[in-house]
Amino acid sequence: MSSAHLPPHMRPERSFQGLILALQTFWAEKGCVILQPYDMEVGAGTSHPGTMLRSLGPRPWNAAYVQPSRRPKDGRYGENPNRLQHYYQFQVILKPNPPNLQELYLGSLEAIGLDPKLHDIRFVEDDWENPTLGAWGLGWECWCDGMEVSQFTYFQQVAGIECAPVSGELTYGLERLACYLQNVESIMELNFNGREGAEKVTYREVFLQAEQEYSRYNFEHADTAALFRRFAEAETECRALLGKGESGERHLMVQPAYDQCLKAGHAFNLLDARGVISVTERQSYILRVRELAKACGAAWLKTEAGGAAA
Amino acid sequence: MPDLLLELLSEEIPARMQADAAAHLQKAVTDALVARGCLYEGARAVVTPRRIALSVHGLPAASPDVKEERKGPRVGAPEAAIQGFLKAAGLTSIDQATIQSDPKKGDSYIAVIDKPGRPVPEVIAEIVPEIIRAFPWPKSMRWGAASVSSSSLRWVRPLQSILCTFGPETEDPEVIRFAIDGIIAGDTTRGHRFMAPGDIRVRRMDDYLTSLEKAFVVADPEERKRRILTDARNLCFAQGLELVEDEGLLNEVAGLVEWPVVLMGAFEESFLAIPDEVIRATIRANQKCFVVRDPKTGRLANRFVLTANLEASDGGRAIVAGNERVIRARLSDALYFWQTDQKPLPDFENAAAKPLDQRMAKLRALNVVFHEKLGTQGERVDRIKALARHIAPLVGADPDLAERAAELAKADLMTEVVGEFPEVQGLMGRKYALLQGEHESVAAAIEDHYKPQGPSDRVPTDKVAVAVALADKLDTLVGFWAIDEKPTGSKDPFALRRAALGVIRLVMENGLSMKLVPAAVLSGRAIMADLLQAHAGKVKGTLELARHTGDLNPDGLLSRLTHTSTDAVRALRGTPIVAIPPQDWERHRSADLLSFFHDRLKVLLRDQGQRHDLVDAVLASGEGNDDLLLVVRRVEALAGLLGTEDGKNLLAGTKRAINILRIEEKRDGRAYDGAPDSALVHAKGEPEERALFALLQSASAHARDHVAREDYAGAMKALAELRPAVDAFFDKVTVNAEDAALRENRLKILAELRAATATVADFSKIEG
Repeated sequence: MSSAHLPPHMRPERSFQGLILALQTFWAEKGCVILQPYDMEVGAGTSHPGTMLRSLGPRPWNAAYVQPSRRPKDGRYGENPNRLQHYYQFQVILKPNPPNLQELYLGSLEAIGLDPKLHDIRFVEDDWENPTLGAWGLGWECWCDGMEVSQFTYFQQVAGIECAPVSGELTYGLERLACYLQNVESIMELNFNGREGAEKVTYREVFLQAEQEYSRYNFEHADTAALFRRFAEAETECRALLGKGESGERHLMVQPAYDQCLKAGHAFNLLDARGVISVTERQSYILRVRELAKACGAAWLKTEAGGAAA
Repeated sequence: MPDLLLELLSEEIPARMQADAAAHLQKAVTDALVARGCLYEGARAVVTPRRIALSVHGLPAASPDVKEERKGPRVGAPEAAIQGFLKAAGLTSIDQATIQSDPKKGDSYIAVIDKPGRPVPEVIAEIVPEIIRAFPWPKSMRWGAASVSSSSLRWVRPLQSILCTFGPETEDPEVIRFAIDGIIAGDTTRGHRFMAPGDIRVRRMDDYLTSLEKAFVVADPEERKRRILTDARNLCFAQGLELVEDEGLLNEVAGLVEWPVVLMGAFEESFLAIPDEVIRATIRANQKCFVVRDPKTGRLANRFVLTANLEASDGGRAIVAGNERVIRARLSDALYFWQTDQKPLPDFENAAAKPLDQRMAKLRALNVVFHEKLGTQGERVDRIKALARHIAPLVGADPDLAERAAELAKADLMTEVVGEFPEVQGLMGRKYALLQGEHESVAAAIEDHYKPQGPSDRVPTDKVAVAVALADKLDTLVGFWAIDEKPTGSKDPFALRRAALGVIRLVMENGLSMKLVPAAVLSGRAIMADLLQAHAGKVKGTLELARHTGDLNPDGLLSRLTHTSTDAVRALRGTPIVAIPPQDWERHRSADLLSFFHDRLKVLLRDQGQRHDLVDAVLASGEGNDDLLLVVRRVEALAGLLGTEDGKNLLAGTKRAINILRIEEKRDGRAYDGAPDSALVHAKGEPEERALFALLQSASAHARDHVAREDYAGAMKALAELRPAVDAFFDKVTVNAEDAALRENRLKILAELRAATATVADFSKIEG
């Protein structure tokens, strides 16, 4: 499938939004549910309950979505061409992974204009691990001409629980991919809407101010005492909700509890960016979030979507 | 003679695991064949990112017939035992068994079972699935629908197909059909993922290799390496440049491609302002590309060599352009980091004058924790400074330079370059130090104070570097000893064994005679002061809180605790090391740490071929054991002594003396220390006794003299002179004489011998 039939402003190699739409169309045609971003601050598409919780339990699940990802520490006041504290990931999760997942993935690259006869596409070892989610898997960084364009993982464990069956997860770093496709050196130069002249909207117009403002907030002004409190409150509430949701063999309130786990995670990321968490404390905070994630994962298996018997 | 061809095609295998996997497959299959009597002429395994292939040639068509003997019960054993034997051996009547006679055990039954040979394909179909299921990948995974079951097949990445053929050279081979988790073995494989993705039917290794070559796969990793290296050198040569060769990178790159296509790219010359090491780290670690040297300058050129996995339709233009983009972005980052690190640090311009000092100020200000119980990096640097200053004169270094180097040693942790490439930590500190005009030795010490990091790492020789390296490692060791976090078994999360080995190598390879215990005591006091200070801070915080809430009487317990801690800190900080002798707790802790050093020393000396019992013997002699150089010299001298006839005999005599003393002292419930009665020796002693007595006085004085001058070879020589007298004594003199006074005196002479040899080692610990 090629993008040649699309009007120029919709083509993934000319338009940031065109790239997103092309990936959505591709994966929708492969049978995925197209979700919308989760409405909370998360560090990666994996944290979306559509991956984190849905990858647990026996039920088949195929979904794709864009997830805005917040990495407070990666902020550079909009001055670094490749680093942002807020960026987009395109996430695909297929449970169980189909046997031809690599071919499907390569098809998606063709769909966005990367011809594998012209570009050097490689699967380079990368054992993926997300310690705050208690998750790990084996897979690769996918390289296109030396640039990492995606992460490809077969989940082995999520929330400390063995995946049965295993899901295949694909994560596309959209800004970096778009820079490559549009042949620009800086994310801020990206053509967002694919139009030219007066109609053209760049990534800079959409996001530069936000990057500057959030970098100030993340590094200089976030109220650390409040964040420490927020962390503790979220942790407490997560545990409380997990307790209150217990109902015999079933659990009735996993997702609200998981939201609190995400809140704790984001508070931790901000504290980390503020540089007020030492290396050793860091480990213990990560462990605390992981314990919440594990408890949520275990509770999820007691829900209908988690595959618990009716 | 038929050949076996086996290929396991999978999704991309990590480069670092490929060679071991191929070797394992070859060994496992050939071992299993041989174990079943199937001998072979040769075997060869090849591996690419997507496949491991094995050919075993010159196999028989069938495994040989074998006769297996099974031992049964003795003749006349109970019926139940006989029946059990018949069942196990597959016999219907005991008449089918033969009787074996044994003069000792009597007659017993033996069943001889004929095991006819089996067709080798059957054997292969049996062993290969077992080998695949038990394959020892460093990390393996489950996948797909089958992974609902935890017993599904595990492989390094999803296994896609299996090729397995068997047959003689001249004929079409047969396909060995077996299935493993739904994958059925066949006789087809696939070529290059993009250039020849279709199925290929193959027969044997030779046509397998040529078919794959036509399908753009170089199956042999050595051939891929050869092609990459040749092409890379040629590309460089054509430009008047030379490849910076890198065996590790070459191995990795050869494991990332099936069809290597070597291309050259360039980056802007302005990036050459970045130090070569940083350019190389950037390009190697992130992009797995080679860097290129300009032979005229010896520095890097603005080129790099990449290895693609594709003959692209545009001749590689897009691939080179893409790689150049990425490398440009990476180098822009690196250049920015390198320049930023040399500039004043925002918010810390006023904290210190020079850039590296400002980074150090930031490290202090951030209170970056070294270890939760051992305080911050800043506190640690302060301790290392004091300790380096103390050690400097002992190793011949300038104390001011040592202190300065320690102050800056960790500052590069706050630089951008090190944040990005931890592997250039230390090296960057050195470069930035030179840029801000530090003394050469200070700069060298910043880089080298982490060394040696392992048994083969370089040991610093600059005296300032040696002082800081020792201080750094001692602070680590003493600190973790203070909080009782010692290595146990295989667990050594803080690499304390490596630190101790580092101290030993620093001392030995620089020929430093230096006592470790006083340095450890000094270091321990500084650590205690920091621990107490942290404690006092916590108590003070609690106290203030309590005052606010009106919960506490200001003269209460907490308040007094604060004062006590603060006083203790002041005492520990304010007292010069010499003023207070080591306290009991300090002696215990130092002794424990010292025995840890001794254990590492034993391991090191054993690896160098030294006998462990000699080390034990030297260490058991007591004093001076915290000077590791002297311990080693004594061990060497002792080994020298025992290498001579005199030494061996002296050892035998001394051990005999020690044995006799042990027995007699135990029996009499007393020690025979103290001087023998000289008058009695002369009045009633045998001539041999008188001779030994006289010689002992002079030899042991000589030995002591030599020891005092650290001349251990001399001490050993002095002791060796005792040998004839000792031999003669045991020849002619009865120690347990009937005359009690004479017996006591003779035992005392033996005790003198024991004492004389103990000046260098405890001979009872020496084996043989």
